Amino acid sequence: MKKQKNSITSTEMKIFPYLLILPNLLIFAIFIAVPAVFGVAYSLTDWGGIGEMSFIGFANYLKLFKDTRFWISIRQTFLYAFIALPLIVAIPLLLATLLVKNIRFRGMFRSIFYWPSMISYIVVGLLFQFIFGDSTGVINYLLTRIGMQEVSWFTDGFNAMAVVILASVWSRSGFYMVTFISGLTSIDDTYYEAADVDGASSFHKFWSITLPLLKPTMFLVMILGFIDLFKQYGLVLTLTNGGPAGATKFAVQYIYEEAFQRFDLGYASALSMVLLVILAALTLIQFKLNKGGAVDE
Amino acid sequence: MSNTGKAEKRVRGTSGRRERNGLTYLILIVFMLIYLIPILWMVVCSFKPDAELFIYPPKLFPSAFSMENYLDAWNRGDFGLYFKNTTIVAVSATVLTVVINTMAGYAFAKYKFKGSTAIFLFFLATMMLPLEVLMIPIFQVIRVFRLYNNFWGLIIPSAATPAGVFLVRQYFLTIPNELMESARIDGASERKIFLRLMLPLAKPVMSVLAIFAFLWRWNDYMWPLVVIRDTQKYTVQLALANFSGQYAVDWGSLLAMSVLTMIPVLVIFVIFQKQFMKGMVAGAVKG
Repeated sequence: MKKQKNSITSTEMKIFPYLLILPNLLIFAIFIAVPAVFGVAYSLTDWGGIGEMSFIGFANYLKLFKDTRFWISIRQTFLYAFIALPLIVAIPLLLATLLVKNIRFRGMFRSIFYWPSMISYIVVGLLFQFIFGDSTGVINYLLTRIGMQEVSWFTDGFNAMAVVILASVWSRSGFYMVTFISGLTSIDDTYYEAADVDGASSFHKFWSITLPLLKPTMFLVMILGFIDLFKQYGLVLTLTNGGPAGATKFAVQYIYEEAFQRFDLGYASALSMVLLVILAALTLIQFKLNKGGAVDE
Repeated sequence: MSNTGKAEKRVRGTSGRRERNGLTYLILIVFMLIYLIPILWMVVCSFKPDAELFIYPPKLFPSAFSMENYLDAWNRGDFGLYFKNTTIVAVSATVLTVVINTMAGYAFAKYKFKGSTAIFLFFLATMMLPLEVLMIPIFQVIRVFRLYNNFWGLIIPSAATPAGVFLVRQYFLTIPNELMESARIDGASERKIFLRLMLPLAKPVMSVLAIFAFLWRWNDYMWPLVVIRDTQKYTVQLALANFSGQYAVDWGSLLAMSVLTMIPVLVIFVIFQKQFMKGMVAGAVKG
């Protein structure tokens, strides 16, 4: 490997890559890194959006420890994320395993399952509100047709949470299905051929070949899915708007309302920091559990 | 893969296999109905006049397909304006995203420069700092740069996407370095190698990125929520969310608007379906 001796080329080679990354780097620095630092600073003030802000130390953090409504929103977010995450892993994995087989209409099925994940959260929320609507929705009509009672989906906290989870899984499954298909197709066929020679059952093959080799993809889906769920806001906004009585009001919505409806931006910044720490801690735990590095996607 | 599958099928075309495929189809069809029916129901209902929308028992199809809701949404609801706003924002942001993400992805794949690993990790780490947890300081930065209530405030900050950079980088890693080496020996400048030699090779990944970027921006809700104030500058998602929050929800218009917002995405999906699914399966990026 001989390097080019031409000095103009080598100077250009040194500068050129920096020029290439510059626009991206500037945007990330200005709109993510700087705000991250400022976010910490704001959380130590009583800033109200306009006018002066004064330094008040850790008062916001002391206040948030006693803010029951905030902790309820955190609890509901956990509840939501921990019920929805296994579904967001299991259902796409099931669909992907079926759709890597050589079957007819494979492309059509893949496209149909992918399609909902291209619909915005806002529209998905509206759609599920429309079909589950308390007295007007078609779901309740169908329930009465098969001899069951109407269910008040949005006035009962438990039911509302169930609808939000259902809508989330419905809207995200297709995306993670494709991720799993990508992981599954990268598994070498020879493993399965060897197992066939040994006469392994298909369940056995799935358990001892597919699952272990799919670990990096599984890890990717869990991390992405978790972050996705934990910052959920758009979908609940049009579906339940956090109701009833805060049962589906998740952390981001609570922070948004503190900031932009009650104009307590200093306090909301402190809440954001808590959310950030939780998100980072949980991602780190997932990394540890999965022994990190194994991700090669 | 498809070859071995076919061979296997021929060799072991037993009834057991056929039964198992029967179960496969059963599961797939059940899920297909779960995925399709809500969307189809929304489309059908959007053509029902208000009087038929909530009659009990509900009718499967409207007595006559009426365009009333669509005309209402488009004219009275100012939906044409929101559509125009969103198109301007989504198209500009897509162009910018493709340009700058391709540049950065190429640099990370093809050059070793001081700090490249650290900067790349920083790029990936920004995935962990979503707008949702930084909306207050970002709101302030947006105001300082006079981007508040301004389309540029939607276009510029969201154009740099870690997922996009990652996608392009993965693609360029598969292109052999020898191509660049021989061009260098021929005396081509780095700029020329990038523009004349590498960019044409990157067309597939650039189109996948373009589709994603458009989809992200078209469906985005959080950025417009933080950046835009005037109703006149609303995007479609912002308008939908806002209308749905009003006391007397006009479901007819709302359904029509929802269906309309899905059309551009559907059209793009149908046109680029093959490329899209292939790119997705190959790169598996976050959406």
